[in-house]
Amino acid sequence: MVTANDLVKTYGKKNEVLAVDHVSFSVKEAEIFGLIGPDGAGKTSIFRMLTTLLLPDSGSASVQGFDVVKDYKAIRNTVGYMPGRFSLYQDLTVEENLDFFATVFETTVAENYDLIKDIYVQLEPFKKRRAGKLSGGMKQKLALCCALIHKPTVLFLDEPTTGVDPVSRKEFWEMLKRLQSQGITILVSTPYMDEADLCDRIALIQNGKILSIDTPENISAAYPDKLFAVKANKMSTLLKELAQFKNASATYSFGEYAHVATDSKQFEAGNAPVEFEKELEDYLADHGLENIEIKEIKASVEDCFIKFLK
Amino acid sequence: MRTLKILLQKEFRQIFRNKIILGITMVMPVMQFIILPLAANFEIKNINLVVVDHDHSVDSRKLLSDITSSGYFRLIDYDNTFDEAYKYIERDKADVILEIPADFERNLVREGSQKIFIAFNAINGTKAGLGASYLGTIASNYNKNILIGLMPSIKNENKAGIDVVPLDWFNPQRNYKLSLIPGILGMLVTLVGGFLTALNIVKEKEIGTIEQINVSPIRKKDFILAKLIPFWILATVIFTIGLILSYFLYHIVPRGNLLILYAFVAVYLLAILGFGLLVSTYCDTQQQAMFIMFFFMLIFILLGGLFTPIESMPLWARAITKLNPVAYFINVIRMVMLKGSSFKDILPELGAVSIMAVVLNVWAGLNYKKKM
Repeated sequence: MVTANDLVKTYGKKNEVLAVDHVSFSVKEAEIFGLIGPDGAGKTSIFRMLTTLLLPDSGSASVQGFDVVKDYKAIRNTVGYMPGRFSLYQDLTVEENLDFFATVFETTVAENYDLIKDIYVQLEPFKKRRAGKLSGGMKQKLALCCALIHKPTVLFLDEPTTGVDPVSRKEFWEMLKRLQSQGITILVSTPYMDEADLCDRIALIQNGKILSIDTPENISAAYPDKLFAVKANKMSTLLKELAQFKNASATYSFGEYAHVATDSKQFEAGNAPVEFEKELEDYLADHGLENIEIKEIKASVEDCFIKFLK
Repeated sequence: MRTLKILLQKEFRQIFRNKIILGITMVMPVMQFIILPLAANFEIKNINLVVVDHDHSVDSRKLLSDITSSGYFRLIDYDNTFDEAYKYIERDKADVILEIPADFERNLVREGSQKIFIAFNAINGTKAGLGASYLGTIASNYNKNILIGLMPSIKNENKAGIDVVPLDWFNPQRNYKLSLIPGILGMLVTLVGGFLTALNIVKEKEIGTIEQINVSPIRKKDFILAKLIPFWILATVIFTIGLILSYFLYHIVPRGNLLILYAFVAVYLLAILGFGLLVSTYCDTQQQAMFIMFFFMLIFILLGGLFTPIESMPLWARAITKLNPVAYFINVIRMVMLKGSSFKDILPELGAVSIMAVVLNVWAGLNYKKKM
């Protein structure tokens, strides 16, 4: 269990940079809790405060009932932390790194092998290789093993999948799910919105402030507008014309589609979404676009995030 | 204890895997011992001399032959006017001009005294200074012989004057290598101990591994000890290599007790490692640590009495050397190796270095925050 209560952290000589702005949240036992936000949102600062590496300016936080300031020693024994940057010893081998961290936490690799077995089997062929010579995905797996080797009850993962290929990312999340099923509480931060759906609950953060905390489903469901995905032959012209479209509250590109949001109140008045689609299609056709494809979609977490930022 | 053991194991693995650093720490003493004493020769030879002789007499030629046969001077040219000779100085071809006035021989015989004019190119101060003193010595010997030749009776009368016969203790041949090599030993130990400690800890900060250490239950004390012990050992090994090299290459046998030497080195290293540790607590990158260490090391070594004696420094510089561990080290190592000083003799230095060791390490320990 992790709780943060009104945490504040400022940087700079005159505390002029507000990195974490009165953040409060609580994470339940054996939950995957995601901190979702762009670079510089304050995710790492929150993690560093919770892992006792950074002192909060004000507010309090506790991990497994231990206060992050007073009981920092106890916290260090119970949490596993995987920093955003690969920070194992690059000049030691896979095996030596693992042994080192096991010994440091006064345990052995054999003792907690069950916990890391699934991950370690993939690393096993490279166990004599220096950590610095591993691929990005392998490095992350090793870092996860080292963070797990002392059987932590809470795991903090700071952007564990940044710079990792899509296949390894998927594998990584499967591993997290397995760890969760063993009762480990996991706090994970990520700048990737698609990973948000894999968390039990997420907190959207921007500029040190939490915008919303809920399950990904609820956050998506709470999206107030109606959303349409639009595709046409020329993407740049499409975006330009959409921006001019009167009835759109927001338009932005989203992969191969452009998303168009429109006030949902108009549909309560009897307008059917089909009519809106027709209106939009005619408008785009008038402006010389071809192969127009419009469909109504459900908002994703990313759409919600974009909405929050506006 | 188990934590310390695994930390030490890790440090040694890392040290032995860093082939470049390990290589340079082993090559450095060998190279410094072979090259420095041979190249950094404090005896000045081949001082380029231009002579302007207005006299052309037997006596002036005799003086010149005394000077050129001394081995210190090389006669470049023989000119008629000072201006011609001065051109050599301007072109940096000559270091000294010797002008012998007209009627040198006549005045010397008639009046019993004569002046010669020596002009030195003092751009290289050491060369000028030493050259002037060589010339002075040669001229005064010549002077004495002339007087004896003129008035044989003076030989006996001269007894009344004070005759200075210098005797060089502890280094009878005034072998500059004897005083240089202990100094190089000190420099080596200081460089290896100070630099490597500072850089090693900062490296953990820079790469981010310190984050992983900081969230672990490792105690500050263990972490610092694990950083100090390997370099303490490494520097002692290098000191030993240096001692062996100085024995085989230059036949320098320490006169004093080796145990005293090692006891002092042990304490001295604590101070130097503490200094490296302190620097590392203030730096975030290896580059910063490197430059800060370089800054201090240059001052320590230049004010350490290796190249110029501390006693001839101005008062303010001497005050600085009181805080310079390298000065104490070079002093003690010369005392023990050349003079055979006993434990009691080095007590003041040992005390000073012990205080430094305590202050630096405590300061570094307090400044090393596990919570950043």
